[in-house]
Amino acid sequence: MFLPMSSATHNARRAPLLGIYVLLVFAFLYLPIVILVLYSFNRDGVGGFPPRHFTSHWYAQLFTDGAIWDSVLNSLLVALGAVVLSLTLGLFAAMALDRADFPGKSIFRRLVLLPLILPGIITGLSLLMFAVLAGLQLSLLTVFLGHGTALISVATTELFAGLQKMDRAQEEASLDLGGTPWQTFWRITLPNLKLSLVAAGLLIFTLSMDEIAVTFFLIGRDNTLPLEIWARLRRGITPEINAISTLVFAVSVILILIWYQIRTRSIGKEVHELLERP
Amino acid sequence: MSQPPSSSDSLSVDEALLDVRNVAKHFGSQNVLKNISLQIASGEFLTLLGESGSGKTTLLRLIAGFEQPTSGEIWMSGVRLDTLPPYRRRVNTVFQQYALFPHLSVQENVAYGLHVTRVAKTEICARVHETLHMVKMQEFADARPAWLSGGQQQRVALARALVNRPQLLLLDEPLSALDANLRKQMQGELKSLQREIGITFLFVTHDQEEAMALSDRIALLRDGALEQIASPRDIYARPATAYVAQFVGQTNLLRAEICGGVATCGILRWPTHFIANGAALFSLRPEAIRLAPEDAAGTAAVRFRAVIRQQIFSGSSEQLEVDCAGLALRVRIPTLGALTGEHEFAFSPADAVLVRS
Amino acid sequence: MYSRAYKLIVSLPPLLWVGLFLFLPYALMLAHSFWLVRDGFIVHQWNLQNYAKLFQNPVYLTVLLRTMRIAASVTFLSLALGYPLAYYMSFHAGARKDLLYQLVIVPLWVSYLVRGYAWKTILGSEGVVNGFLQYLHVTNEPVSFFLYSPFAVVLMLTHIYTPFVFLPLYASLEHIPRNLIEASQDLGASPRSTFFRVILPLSLPGLLAGATFAFVLSLGDFLAPLLVGGPSSIMIANIVQSLFGTAFDWPLGASISVCILLLTIALLFLTERLEKRCSFR
Repeated sequence: MFLPMSSATHNARRAPLLGIYVLLVFAFLYLPIVILVLYSFNRDGVGGFPPRHFTSHWYAQLFTDGAIWDSVLNSLLVALGAVVLSLTLGLFAAMALDRADFPGKSIFRRLVLLPLILPGIITGLSLLMFAVLAGLQLSLLTVFLGHGTALISVATTELFAGLQKMDRAQEEASLDLGGTPWQTFWRITLPNLKLSLVAAGLLIFTLSMDEIAVTFFLIGRDNTLPLEIWARLRRGITPEINAISTLVFAVSVILILIWYQIRTRSIGKEVHELLERP
Repeated sequence: MSQPPSSSDSLSVDEALLDVRNVAKHFGSQNVLKNISLQIASGEFLTLLGESGSGKTTLLRLIAGFEQPTSGEIWMSGVRLDTLPPYRRRVNTVFQQYALFPHLSVQENVAYGLHVTRVAKTEICARVHETLHMVKMQEFADARPAWLSGGQQQRVALARALVNRPQLLLLDEPLSALDANLRKQMQGELKSLQREIGITFLFVTHDQEEAMALSDRIALLRDGALEQIASPRDIYARPATAYVAQFVGQTNLLRAEICGGVATCGILRWPTHFIANGAALFSLRPEAIRLAPEDAAGTAAVRFRAVIRQQIFSGSSEQLEVDCAGLALRVRIPTLGALTGEHEFAFSPADAVLVRS
Repeated sequence: MYSRAYKLIVSLPPLLWVGLFLFLPYALMLAHSFWLVRDGFIVHQWNLQNYAKLFQNPVYLTVLLRTMRIAASVTFLSLALGYPLAYYMSFHAGARKDLLYQLVIVPLWVSYLVRGYAWKTILGSEGVVNGFLQYLHVTNEPVSFFLYSPFAVVLMLTHIYTPFVFLPLYASLEHIPRNLIEASQDLGASPRSTFFRVILPLSLPGLLAGATFAFVLSLGDFLAPLLVGGPSSIMIANIVQSLFGTAFDWPLGASISVCILLLTIALLFLTERLEKRCSFR
């Protein structure tokens, strides 16, 4: 793993053995996905090796499957709602953590982050008990509330980081020039957080679309996409599932790559300026 | 310009501890070091002086082993150095940002080099204690670096390097992060420390005052090349080039014409040893010009009249900007009080040093 | 700079929401663990019977131990895969660092279900691995132990959590000032020595964060056993799930959940303490 070194530490040094190991790790990470995509085009479905008979039959079948698209719509509704809810509350929470001191602040901070680390089943069941107590019928509404609440932590983390990076002097300058705190918030603080808001929003959207554990216990009659797939899996494997999985994968990849570009600010100049200009 | 003028102290290769031979360093298309050669004597305090981008830090890193020379060789005590990895060189570095290990105490930091080279435990204890005492940090043995001030961290970094008794100690602008007073104090301590233990120091700085205060010799680097290497007094009194004259201290650069042993610049005329006729550049330090007493006559001094344009008070001395028939000069005199109008000034011809441009 | 009114307006909404929709539900969970089920109804009678049941009935202990074993395996394997990956990217990747980072986070955000399903198809008796082995004539019949076993669960969860372990680890490694590595080598430590004395200790916070994440989430996973695990791979969260489902005993299920909750909090606390010791502040 370590080779005798004779040159600078900041140059990329050769480490062939380690490099091979890394390659194997990447293979492990991508193998299942590659096979999934491959077999979604396989006429004989998921069995056997090697895959023969390329076909797009399963995708065609997918497009006529009404239940799947209903669930996609449900998922989208919930996800968009969750984004709005989480970002709003997350923004408040981030600002509270950044600027205010109150008794129980550290407990609050930890409580907000808890759903992130706690297994979904616990958060899901807790919210179920709450729904029962509040007399709420299990439906997309409860799912929406669950996602929105659980994902506040994602928004808070991202926005808090954005606030910390911000130049305070800008807000002070705004106040100095006669702006009220409210104006300062709208004209200076919020625009500075544009990048963080978009990044957090994308992440929350993706996480909500894929959420299963919490959703499992809060779902009513209408299924979200993951739970629709889950229900079918319980009944047996059909290659149609490969097809929808591949599509989900493709969309996720695109979204996450966009998220990453925004995060590292290497996105195209125009969009970058659009987001940067207050 | 290949070799700098050997102003009185080039070493024979046998005396030298470190021998840098024609070392050049490219980073891609950037030519950071261009064919540098110099020797460092054992027990010497040599400073690499230069602006940022002059290549002084790069040269230091080449000697430490964090970079490889593109061409040339580095030898130490008769053994080839540049082919060795840093952890096999008898060279230690005091880093600019100290680079203390945050997860280790002060004591553990200092002992690190000894642990890693498997020195006996009993000996480690004694040497660490002794070195901490030397830098006056023995009370902080169990402290964490994060709890220490900049000056204290700097001492620990020094101790950590010294405890290994290297043949050569490299110091990469170690005082640049300290405030002015602390800096002066540390300069004094560093100098006496070096005298006391006798280890060869290679010191990098961009501060010429610091270089003059500390060094046995100064190597001035400019754009990757060695401009001049000499003792502080020599470099100050006999700068080789206009750049050196202006970088180390302040000076007046006089564009003169030499004809028959006399240099003429504006209304100034002075005798010079330099016989070649033609254009020449002279360096005249501001403190070499003084107010001429009204009635003195017959000395060899060059006298001239000039109008005082501006007077800047700086405590123990004053700086005067004077106009000598269109020629702007800087004069430094001991504090006298407010001065105006035209006065007579004088300087000795010997103080006008011929420099290359 | 911020007035009292400002701070109030900013703090109140999230506090209220989090108090109502997070704190209250978790508190409800805690409360339920002290209640009982009688005749198909939840009775609000405070007692410790549920916890006693957990310790007395060997089934729960067995399943818990199995779950911890699985979680530990997943954590260990994720670290074995993730640490070299993070190390390579931080210290050896040079210009390709950015690209590789994107390559690592992509699988992270691909649906959990999608990845679990993929493993199901790969490991199954009709699946790719078996097909491959038969194609090479290594075996003549499908091998059944790949799927529906703890092995499959560990494999799937390792696949899921390796990127999770990678992220904080990579951040930790990137944070190590490179001049510390130079200093270590300057003082005589070889690259190997430098790794164990400087890099590893300073990467500990990230390592612990990632490991905690992987361990806790694996511990509470109930989907993987249902997808690729068999009857011999039932994990503690499956028991909880059934207690809230057909085996209707919410209080008992709550007590198990509380135990997991406490374990999580304890691990987080420990990690935080250790992080303070190894930090740069």
